[in-house]
Amino acid sequence: MEPTDLSMLELGRKLGSGELSSVEAVRACLARVDRLDGRVKAFLRVDREGALAQAELADRRRQEGRRAGPLDGVPVGLKDLFLTEGLPTTAGSRILESFVAPDDGTVVKLLRAAGTPILGKTNMDEFAMGSSTENSAFFPTRNPWNLELSPGGSSGGSAAAVAARMAFGALGTDTGGSIRQPAALTGTVGLKPTYGRVSRLGVVAFASSLDQVGPMTRDVPDCAALLQAIAVHDPGDSTSAPVKAPDYLAEIEAGVKGMKLGLPREYLELPGMDPEVRAAVEAATLALEKMGAQLVPVSLPHTRYALATYYLIAPAEASSNLARYDGVRYGLRVDGRNLLAMYGRTRDQGFGLEVKRRIMLGTYALSAGYYDAYYLKAQKVRTLIKQDFVEAFRTVDAVLSPTSPTAAFRIGEKVSDPLAMYLNDVFTLPCNLAGLPGLSLPCGFTRANLPIGLQILGKPWDEARVLRIARAFEREHDFHRRTPPLGAA
Amino acid sequence: MSLTQEEVRHVAGLARLSLSEEEETLMRTQLSAILDAVAELSGVDTSTVEPTSHAAGEVAPWRADEVLPSFPPQKALGNAPAKVGTSFAVPRIIE
Repeated sequence: MEPTDLSMLELGRKLGSGELSSVEAVRACLARVDRLDGRVKAFLRVDREGALAQAELADRRRQEGRRAGPLDGVPVGLKDLFLTEGLPTTAGSRILESFVAPDDGTVVKLLRAAGTPILGKTNMDEFAMGSSTENSAFFPTRNPWNLELSPGGSSGGSAAAVAARMAFGALGTDTGGSIRQPAALTGTVGLKPTYGRVSRLGVVAFASSLDQVGPMTRDVPDCAALLQAIAVHDPGDSTSAPVKAPDYLAEIEAGVKGMKLGLPREYLELPGMDPEVRAAVEAATLALEKMGAQLVPVSLPHTRYALATYYLIAPAEASSNLARYDGVRYGLRVDGRNLLAMYGRTRDQGFGLEVKRRIMLGTYALSAGYYDAYYLKAQKVRTLIKQDFVEAFRTVDAVLSPTSPTAAFRIGEKVSDPLAMYLNDVFTLPCNLAGLPGLSLPCGFTRANLPIGLQILGKPWDEARVLRIARAFEREHDFHRRTPPLGAA
Repeated sequence: MSLTQEEVRHVAGLARLSLSEEEETLMRTQLSAILDAVAELSGVDTSTVEPTSHAAGEVAPWRADEVLPSFPPQKALGNAPAKVGTSFAVPRIIE
């Protein structure tokens, strides 16, 4: 058994007992990166020296009897959207290709305090805009389950690194599904916490009312442990809520007996549902029923408008957030004959096509004469989508659905058709619009041996229950233990 | 909904993007298709619905007005594409 086969918490225990060292764990990850990442391409940058130096410090802390916690010494990957002092942060974009942040973001500081060596920065769709990691300005990441396929996105690099066991866990961000969809497509566990649970300070902004940071791991207890490390109120982010995080591991094994789990009837009627995905998700809900949960049909009638609502609100916010890339204070500058020409040329050469598309769409939706018809209208429909969940949560404890309508798809298959690509997010978007916690975990495999994800949506601040439901399912199945064929190479 | 080339150029100007002619044409087709797809929202009755601008509370919290250390100028200028002394340098805007 290789050290990289261990979960984060298992490794943490072995580090605590001295059976393994953090340096050995980091070396084991780097060896897998050397062996596999030329094909998977999960990492944009690997920080060997930095990770080994942090591991040595973790080992010293243990020898001195002052371990920082259960994850001290456990190496992780970071989506390249998190600012890291001294290590480039590109957001997957040419416009930030040479950007080196002057400070660590809050979650990076929290990880350093938890003692997790940072292996490097993982690939992503540019500015987190995409569902396949093909919109990275540098290269697409490949799915460890089949290298011809996409790992999903936008946190595709983090998902692939975890699935291929090049990292024990990773952080991603989720604006419309960017943690949960790649988790589903790579057979890993990913959680988008309640909006406001995790600080966004030092995370490159995409759509500020939707963005949230979350853990990506191989199993549910790891997901709880990594969430625990980052779910801390941050006065530096005004949307970080002063809500104390409970102990996420305390009741994780308590099961689902007596819980009411909602099945939204509209979700299974959404376009493009793969019958194999539907069957696996239905089987998973029945398995939870067998464990003592009660399945309750619920109605989320405005779900069908979530896609249109999201694709007005997110681009509108993005067009505003990305106005900061002007070639003046940081990032790429392309000179022009005057200031306006410099802005235009910098942004034309610095941004990729999908980013430009969303800036254009957002600018249009916010422009004079169209604001009421598009942006304001979308905000009102957002209220209705949110109310649907408030209504459903009067009778149920959580809502179950597929994470993605299909398993992993071919690289190149959807990239030229933005609307087809956007349909990937049809199940994940409502959660962001409503600010809820949502988790994806593996719940089956297709005949082609590709993972399928089950999504569990909870009430605001109720991550503990979402994790508990996920753990109940995981404990009685072995989907999360299966390894990609690449893993044996 | 079909956008004209002029509308695409106008929006690109607002967004400070100098698009190539090829990009303008592609944007025109793709944005028109996306606007068609999102037009379904116009059929939703929202006459009595308040907008939601944020998933968090709509009221920004207060905090004490404390002086905290900030980056020294050289660090803040560390990523500047061009600088003069302790300032960011930009093309002249007043002739």
